[in-house]
Amino acid sequence: MKNEWLVLFFLIGASFVGLVLIFSEIIAPKSTNPQKFEPYECGIPTKGVTWLQFNVGYYLFAILFLIFDVETVLVFPWAVVMKEVGMTAFIEIVIFFFILGLGLLYAWKKHALIWE
Amino acid sequence: MRLVIAAQNISTFSEPWWKVFYDFSLLTKNIDTGLHNAMSPFWTTVTEMLIIGVLILLFYALVGLFLVYAERKVCAFMQNRLGPNRVGPFGIFQTIADLIKLLLVELIPIKKADKFLFNLAPFIVIIASFMAIAAIPFANGLHAIDLNIGVLYVIAVSAMGVIGVLLAGWSSNNKYSLIGAMRSGAQIVSYELSVGLALITVVILAGTMQFSEIVEAQRTGWFIFKGHIPAFIAFIIFLISSTAETNRGPFDLAEAESELTAGYHTEYSGIKFAFFFLAEYMNMFIVASIAATVFLGGWMPFHVGHWDGFNSVMDYIPPFIWYIGKTFFVIFLMMWFKWTFPRLRIDQLLTLEWKYLLPINLVNVLVMAFVVLMGWHF
Repeated sequence: MKNEWLVLFFLIGASFVGLVLIFSEIIAPKSTNPQKFEPYECGIPTKGVTWLQFNVGYYLFAILFLIFDVETVLVFPWAVVMKEVGMTAFIEIVIFFFILGLGLLYAWKKHALIWE
Repeated sequence: MRLVIAAQNISTFSEPWWKVFYDFSLLTKNIDTGLHNAMSPFWTTVTEMLIIGVLILLFYALVGLFLVYAERKVCAFMQNRLGPNRVGPFGIFQTIADLIKLLLVELIPIKKADKFLFNLAPFIVIIASFMAIAAIPFANGLHAIDLNIGVLYVIAVSAMGVIGVLLAGWSSNNKYSLIGAMRSGAQIVSYELSVGLALITVVILAGTMQFSEIVEAQRTGWFIFKGHIPAFIAFIIFLISSTAETNRGPFDLAEAESELTAGYHTEYSGIKFAFFFLAEYMNMFIVASIAATVFLGGWMPFHVGHWDGFNSVMDYIPPFIWYIGKTFFVIFLMMWFKWTFPRLRIDQLLTLEWKYLLPINLVNVLVMAFVVLMGWHF
């Protein structure tokens, strides 16, 4: 199968959701009530809007993730050719992981990994 | 008329029909040549697209329905209950009844919600899981798209689901949803690393990222046995982190009922809620089938050294059964985790990933590279 067929899967997924939503919209009963369209939250009326500031901890982990994820993407091609290249590839990845480990250690010592 | 000619071409098999169960490429090639003889290349492609699309969609829906049923049954037996047992024999039609009920529920448009993002979120979660399923090899020759970067592609696409989860939580205008989505985002992106590194361990051993070649390389032995201790450690890490990545089991604090109502999908009603539910189960199926494909040999039968009699008996079981069996074994393990361990707190969750799994994984990749370099694997 050709790789362009991924578009097909995208379209099938989108049309599956769309068609089922339309179908449900048609067959489901409808009724109106002023309180019905309020956010449910946990049962009591909602105060204000939700789009406020959130804990900075999430942001720190997102930044750390970005660093390590780019590293993962870099390591994938290395992993494929590792067998052929041999010792050179191994020494290089040891150096690479050593530097990366230092980065993780730095974040650790800076208490970036502690949830506050 | 043309379809009839195509069907006649397909029906002329050169080999016994049951051979198809051992090599699906016989059937697919037959259909392909049959269609080519009957119509122009353009219409052949369109027809094949339709066939594949419908088949994958059916498979997707059926597996989703079955997994919901299986989860409820497994959970019930773990808790010494009976589980669903009224609709149909052993309650197997329970999820279909639930589906009809969910279809009949009104879709409530939340007044204060961000309408566009609120409606977009179910699309993203479903499309992400649907595109991931395209690259999974189900059996010998039964493979929708065989990408040469299969492993990377599946990780990348299944990680897109987190965008849907974040959008759902953000757009709902519900504080609990937002907290749930934030937790879920932090959790999924953190455990994404472990999943990636655990798969890198196997890619080193296989020397390729193409799923068909990875499976083919396991003809002489599954990677979990071939790769000695590092492969086994990678398998354990993959199990833990993929459970976390699918928001399941002890890591389901994104939808911790006792504190967050239902997490990021609190505001969704009817079939929109069902989409999130379906996507969760399909993500579980996808990670389980990756675990089965990459570590447990995919559709390869179980072989032991020089026990020729035993091996030939194992060869009689069709590859598709092997694949399904392994996948459901991993799914059962994940369900077992869910109903055995208590839920973690977010700080414990992040500590587990960043202070334990990630350093262990980095060292494990190096160990695996060394083992491969020394030729210590089988």
